Amino acid sequence: MREWRVAMATYQEFIQQNEDRDGVRFSWNLWPSSRLEATRLVVPVSCLFTPLKERPDLPPVQYEPVLCSRANCKAVLNPLCQVDYRAKIWACNFCFQRNPFPPSYAGISDVNQPAELMPQFSTIEYIVQRGPPNPLIFLYVVDTCLEEEDLQALKESLQMSLSLLPPNALVGLITFGRMVQVHELSCEGIAKSYVFRGTKELSSKQIQEMLGLTNPSATGPQGRPAAPQDPAVTCRFLQPVHKVDMNLTDLLGELQRDPWPVPQGKRPLRSTGIALSIAVGLLEGTFPNTGARVMMFMGGPPTQGPGMVVGDELKTPIRSWHDITKDNARHLKKATKYYDALANRAASNGHSIDIYACALDQTGLLEMKCLSNLTGGHIAMGDSFNTSLFKQTFQRVFSKDHNGEFRMAFGGTLEVSTSRELKVSGAIGPCVSLNAKGPCISENEVGVGGTTQWKICSLSPSTTLALYFEVVNQHNAPIPQGGRGAVQFVTQYQHSNTQRRIRVTTVARNWADAQSQIQHIESSFDQEASAVIMARLGVFRAESEEGPDVLRWLDRQLIRLFMFHLRRSPFLQVFNNSPDECSYYRHHFVCQNLTQSLIMIQPILYSYSFHGPPEPVLLDSGSILPDRILLMDTFFQLVIYHGETIAQWRKAGYQEQPEYENFKHLLVAPVDDAQEILQTRFPMPRYIDTEHGGSQARFLLSKVNPSQTHNNLYSWGQETGAPILTDDVSLQVFMDHLKKLAVSSAA
Amino acid sequence: MNVNQQPPMASPYGQPQPGYSQPSYAPLGGGYPGPYGPYSGPATAYQPGAPQGSARGPPPVSTNQAYSQYAQGDIQNGPPPMDHSMAQPAQRPPVCQPYSHGAMNLSGPHPSYPQQYGVQPSMQQMTNQMSGMQVGSGPLTSAGPGYAPPPSSEPPISAAYSAAAPPSYTQAPHPVSGAPSQPPPPSEPAAPQPYYDGPPPSQQPPFPSSAPPPSQPFPSSSPYSGPPLPANPGPLQSLDNSPSHLAPSPAQQTFPNSAPPPVSQALYSGPLPPPDLALSHLPCIPCPVPCRPAPRPTPLPPGPMQQPPQPGMHGGYPTQQNGAFGQPRGPQPGYAGPQYPGQQNYGAVPAPTPAPTQKRLDPDSIPSPIQVIEDDRANKSSEPFTTGVKGQTPPLVTTNFQVKDQGNASPRFVRCTAYNIPCTADMAKQSQVPLAAVIKPLAMLPPDETRPYMVDHGEAGPIRCNRCKAYMCPYMQFIEGGRRFQCGFCSCVTDVPPHYFQHLDHTGKRVDCCDRPELSLGSYEFVATVDYCKNNKLPQPPSFIFFIDVSYNAVKSGMVNIVCQELKTLLDYLPRENPEADSVVRVGFVTYNKVLHFYNVKSSLAQPQMMVVSDVSDMFLPLLDGFLVNVNDSRMVIESLLDQIPEMFADTRETETVFGPVIQAGLEALKAADCAGKLFLFHSSLPIAEAPGKLKNREDKKLVGTDKEKSLFQPQSGFYSNLSKECVAQGCCVDLFLFPNQYVDVATLGVVPVSTGGSVYKYTYFQAEMDRERFLNDLRRDVQKPMGFDAVMRVRTSTGIRATDFFGSFFMSNTTDVELAGLDCDKTVTVEFRHDDKLSEDTGALMQCAVLYTSCSGQRRLRVHNMAVNCCSQLADLYRNCETDTIINFFSKYAYRSLLNTPTKTVRDTLVNQCAQILACYRKNCASPSSAGQLILPECMKLLPVYLNCVLKSDVLQPGADVSVDDRAYLRQLLSCMDVSESHVFFYPRLLPLVKLDGGSLPMAVRNSEERLSKGGVYLLETGLYLFLWVGANAQQELLSNIFGTPTFSQIDPNMTSLPELDNPFSQRLREIIDSFRSQRSRYMKLMVVKQEDKAELIFKHFLCEDKSASGGASYVDFLCHMHKEIRQLLS
Repeated sequence: MREWRVAMATYQEFIQQNEDRDGVRFSWNLWPSSRLEATRLVVPVSCLFTPLKERPDLPPVQYEPVLCSRANCKAVLNPLCQVDYRAKIWACNFCFQRNPFPPSYAGISDVNQPAELMPQFSTIEYIVQRGPPNPLIFLYVVDTCLEEEDLQALKESLQMSLSLLPPNALVGLITFGRMVQVHELSCEGIAKSYVFRGTKELSSKQIQEMLGLTNPSATGPQGRPAAPQDPAVTCRFLQPVHKVDMNLTDLLGELQRDPWPVPQGKRPLRSTGIALSIAVGLLEGTFPNTGARVMMFMGGPPTQGPGMVVGDELKTPIRSWHDITKDNARHLKKATKYYDALANRAASNGHSIDIYACALDQTGLLEMKCLSNLTGGHIAMGDSFNTSLFKQTFQRVFSKDHNGEFRMAFGGTLEVSTSRELKVSGAIGPCVSLNAKGPCISENEVGVGGTTQWKICSLSPSTTLALYFEVVNQHNAPIPQGGRGAVQFVTQYQHSNTQRRIRVTTVARNWADAQSQIQHIESSFDQEASAVIMARLGVFRAESEEGPDVLRWLDRQLIRLFMFHLRRSPFLQVFNNSPDECSYYRHHFVCQNLTQSLIMIQPILYSYSFHGPPEPVLLDSGSILPDRILLMDTFFQLVIYHGETIAQWRKAGYQEQPEYENFKHLLVAPVDDAQEILQTRFPMPRYIDTEHGGSQARFLLSKVNPSQTHNNLYSWGQETGAPILTDDVSLQVFMDHLKKLAVSSAA
Repeated sequence: MNVNQQPPMASPYGQPQPGYSQPSYAPLGGGYPGPYGPYSGPATAYQPGAPQGSARGPPPVSTNQAYSQYAQGDIQNGPPPMDHSMAQPAQRPPVCQPYSHGAMNLSGPHPSYPQQYGVQPSMQQMTNQMSGMQVGSGPLTSAGPGYAPPPSSEPPISAAYSAAAPPSYTQAPHPVSGAPSQPPPPSEPAAPQPYYDGPPPSQQPPFPSSAPPPSQPFPSSSPYSGPPLPANPGPLQSLDNSPSHLAPSPAQQTFPNSAPPPVSQALYSGPLPPPDLALSHLPCIPCPVPCRPAPRPTPLPPGPMQQPPQPGMHGGYPTQQNGAFGQPRGPQPGYAGPQYPGQQNYGAVPAPTPAPTQKRLDPDSIPSPIQVIEDDRANKSSEPFTTGVKGQTPPLVTTNFQVKDQGNASPRFVRCTAYNIPCTADMAKQSQVPLAAVIKPLAMLPPDETRPYMVDHGEAGPIRCNRCKAYMCPYMQFIEGGRRFQCGFCSCVTDVPPHYFQHLDHTGKRVDCCDRPELSLGSYEFVATVDYCKNNKLPQPPSFIFFIDVSYNAVKSGMVNIVCQELKTLLDYLPRENPEADSVVRVGFVTYNKVLHFYNVKSSLAQPQMMVVSDVSDMFLPLLDGFLVNVNDSRMVIESLLDQIPEMFADTRETETVFGPVIQAGLEALKAADCAGKLFLFHSSLPIAEAPGKLKNREDKKLVGTDKEKSLFQPQSGFYSNLSKECVAQGCCVDLFLFPNQYVDVATLGVVPVSTGGSVYKYTYFQAEMDRERFLNDLRRDVQKPMGFDAVMRVRTSTGIRATDFFGSFFMSNTTDVELAGLDCDKTVTVEFRHDDKLSEDTGALMQCAVLYTSCSGQRRLRVHNMAVNCCSQLADLYRNCETDTIINFFSKYAYRSLLNTPTKTVRDTLVNQCAQILACYRKNCASPSSAGQLILPECMKLLPVYLNCVLKSDVLQPGADVSVDDRAYLRQLLSCMDVSESHVFFYPRLLPLVKLDGGSLPMAVRNSEERLSKGGVYLLETGLYLFLWVGANAQQELLSNIFGTPTFSQIDPNMTSLPELDNPFSQRLREIIDSFRSQRSRYMKLMVVKQEDKAELIFKHFLCEDKSASGGASYVDFLCHMHKEIRQLLS
């Protein structure tokens, strides 16, 4: 066994290095060696894992991984394995099975090692050849019940997107309004589409029959034997972009608004549910287990048919939290159930569903969230398709990495193997269980558990799962000093260039006796990771439980600073946020990586002034000063806030005067920084430029710690800061309260 | 003798004969007397001595011999040498004899009848003989100038003609108004003479001459002279025989020869005219001589019945033609001679025995439709028909006449079965004459008649009676100085609204009477107000939606291509009211196989868009905007679409189709557009694809003729009737064009069209080259014809009668309102009236038919037709003022509808019964006393038997083996909305000899019998659905050259569907005639060229409705005898 040496000076660096190399951050970097001790630590042994973390420095290898031959292990050969170079045998570090090397490894020796045995390749990627390459599939599902402007903008975005797709990708188009139309793309001349009633649920089989996708020979008069089917040829609805580019562009151009009249006082009839079921059914029948992306664009809530979220009467508003708590949301349960079922079907076929919802009111994301959550799809939310927020977000879906390849992968499965002392409790993230049984499954389920494999239909480099483990080693069976636990993540996926790839990450941590080494363990605590991991757990529970209960649970579980903001965040706090917004925020929270998640929990606030370079300041009302410009990044919003004085200067136009060029620079600085963030962030944050007293300033004011409120303004008696009109307690009060609680409970 | 021949014939017929033959014999010997008994009675009345004697007594030698021989012949089956007269032509003579037997049978035992009925030959034979006789006499060349000459064919034809002509005269007409049959002539057997003597029609100079001949032939006639009847005996005998074996076949054979010349008919007509008497007496069986007739009565020799059952008619036919024909003709010259003998027998027979003579009832002696038509034409076409006089029978539908509306609706709109209706229900019941009106509310008028004026009574809407809601009409009586009016229907008094007030003149009429159509005319229109609109909303202009089947069969037959090509131009001819303006009718397009393809043809699109709806189980409209468009706006897109449809589906392999969802789709489209409209469905096959309204193939020929046959006419499921209700509610009219290659279940597919006022067109085995023209013309007409949408028709009547039953293409949700999603100018609604009280002779009976509809421009209108008829307390008045054509129209509709619930046989029997009752009632109550053995027909109804026979023989009621269930269902539905003129030609096709076609007038038609055809001639037959050009095998070369451009018979292409355009007057005129015929009918008649003795001739012969039909239908003569028997039964 090779020595695994922690050479880092600090845990900080160790953590950083591990993250950079493997995309893994554990809550504890020393693991308590017994179940009892682990339980006492409150925060479980767990990690955030980013399967496809971008590793420009990691060239994939062109051969297949070597697997452990034990049937229920199948772990991949890795640097932690013991290798007998002479006997050409390696021992699995998970099950200790001794395996011969395959013949192709005949030449290995101490000095001639395959990459997967080198320590720096604790993460390695294999390119494997299995079957014909499957093209990527993009199926647009477009709502046509839009305002003319919106529709126009959306059409343009869609047309633009065609040029971004890989030429061999298959593309399809479904439009919906009162009816659902599946457009045939292969035909010349007349544009042809199949139309479905928006209110009638059809089975996948019916859909395929109605689309004429069933075996054509059955209906042919001559009874010509069915030619072996190439789905790409057979399916007229999904065609290579390069073939139908022009055709589809025209088709999109001619797309009309839903022509059915909408009477006064009614919502347009939107058959979103059926449109999705047809999209799912279409893919299910033609390209099962092939990477595909259903991209749904909707401008309002589903109003008819299965999956309807609200009736078409405008006088009945869409459900609010209030309605939900009062059990007044008529369609909620039914719709949720419907979309759940759809999501599961899509997920089991490896198809992901994106939702791009642009409307001023809610659109039903609450009910539909699982479509994306379970399939790894994106959710983007905006006010209109005619905004740069949507346009750029959408464009960014197709962004490419340094190799010119799309930052998306499909049909991923993540398999986790653990050392014997460790079991997997579950995962939280954009995944579904594959129900793969194995020896390392914990009985305690956390998140999506009971399996060692998860399906992640769509992956991006930032897609991150939280994985929870349980130490099962009994207290009376101590692990020898220096013992290490290992975890192996095997991610199989379809690369955007259609290759099948397998990425294997194997990590190990030292065991530590909690009684004797509690300081070590404490120092190995990764506060950030833990915060996010626990927050995910909170969000996951919030999804399934009542809000206040979750807060109480969180309060009971954690006495940590971050939780102040988390409690206030939309992830747990539904006040002031519509159900849709919550769903939106939560969706992103459970799939973003650690850095982004942290921003979401505790927004970042930068202050710009003449007094010095930009500096991060406390997210506190005290930071709001007249002569500062603030830049707040909440992940979902970017707010530039001009203090009172600055705003007055700007209004007076000083920045236009040459002698005040420095002021001009001051004004530009946060904008430039914001642009930088905007460049990389997905989805595009809402960009807000506001000033003291501006109505949009509320975005800032609602986030900062209300250290000064109308209640205590005068007691502070200082000129700095801005009072916040809120009844929420400030961090100070929270902390005081927390201390009291901690002490009392300890006593 | 003849006998010999029979046997051979017999064989084809097969079974029946053997059985018959033997038994028959026995009877002959002793049994006969019995059966005869009853008959003889009448016979005696007629002609005491002779007939009876003949019948009962030992038959005259000759007859006996004949008889016996016959019998033997049958038994033996040996080839018959020709005993008698004509050596070579042998066949004929024999025929004669057998006939005579047949005749005897006829009169005799009724039971035998049915069987005999089926077989017709005997009658014909008789006629043959008659003609033959006449021929001998036959100086009457005049009759058929053209005919006589036929060079090649000459023998037979010419002979027949000449001969025939004369005879017919004599017999048929009973010129003399005078006495009953008897007076006429002693010559009577020969019948001809008497007639001639009588009122020889001016035209018929020939007569006189002819007269002699007849007499000659029948020297024996003297015996006859008694009144009638030698005939009687004849029939009787025949009857007897028939059971035995009267070889039917022989009859047929003889046929050809005998063919009475058409000419004769003409002559016939001459005499008939006698006005008042109107009654034609037909000597009952006495056949040969029948007509002893009374003045006008047309005596008809019945005789036919005798024939043995001749199932094999078909078989028989061909043989006759082939063989028999030739022979008979050959002999012709000598013909006269040979025949004479026969005749002699005849003559003798009567007296002595029934033998040969009786059987032949000369077809020329029985009422001739042609004659009646010609007479009416001659008498009534010159003067305009004014409708002012109540109770007046209008000219026949075959007559060209002008109508002047003077207060009653024109016969073009309304025709009644009777114009004098009985005052009481009892009378009506007694007479059994149906009281009905055939109404064609939106009929097109000839250019010289003005279409109904439009009346606008302002915002308050049309002025109506307060109680019965009848609309203002000439029958409203203004009282109290014009301030109020009394309703002519219910007598309720209603105030005249101030804006409508007008003073009365001294006669009590409003002074503005003549200025207001609603006060002076029988037909006019009101502008309807919003109160008359659905949902109290003015209607939208209607829409037309075209549904094109694009399944494999439809594409392959070329239909899709043709439709698409045609629509491109046809769309410019959508109906409009103002010819200057564009039509406001919007159009939509759908193609379908087992799924539906809708097309978005919005004008703003560069290319049409296809929207496929596969969810046929739950049809919906996939698009709204862009589906129904204005043709001019979207012309480019539509043309592009129509160009592409055939290409798109050129390679389709989809064979299954749906049907119900197609109509549902149209219905949904109209609902969505909130308008009425019409769906045009071009459909090819049985809809077996999984969908609502899916059908299974249930064609089962085994059911035909059984009590379960009716199920074939019933729809398979209730789906379509439910659907049609919805369609009617929306004003969605469905026109169905069928292109089947096999069974498509017309009975079910037609439910919606029939219930919505639509039409069904059927093009079986559609072939683009052959049927294109017919289909396109039908389509063009169907698209262009003026029509109303979303119509409701209500018939109001004056107190005492009421409308009780309705026939036609419509839907009724209650007992009074006839709802028509669409009503076009060709559709008729037949209304039956019944008494619910006594009527008064003073006031007569009134009827007002009001049709509320939406015009093609989207205007809501009310068309009102008023009709007043007389009431009579004397049955004679009823019989004097009725219209046979209309009665037949009613009967046929009634019978065809009954098929749905009643076994076919019952329907037929009912028809015969009712007809017999009508005639018996007349005989009993109106005819002057005469021998019971004499058949006496009312003048107005003398064609009732022949027409009724045509109805009974129609494919629907008596299908041949080659008539499919679909055809029958199709015809059944087709007839339900035919007007009188269409039903007339449908049942009694028009057969024109193409002789000299110079001048503007048409050649005179000839009767529909093979024997009227000359081998040397060319004939045009119009059935209302088809045109046949029959070319005789020996047609003159010049004639052929003129018509076909080739002088050679064999070079004529029987597949041509249009005549070559040759530059000679004959060709031009012929094509003109064909064109004009076609323009008179609502459906385009495909022209078929039939060469004599070609296979296709069978089809043609099917329409020779006076002959026995291949399916077992009786010949005219036979049927008449049967009728007579029925009547006599009723009377006794």
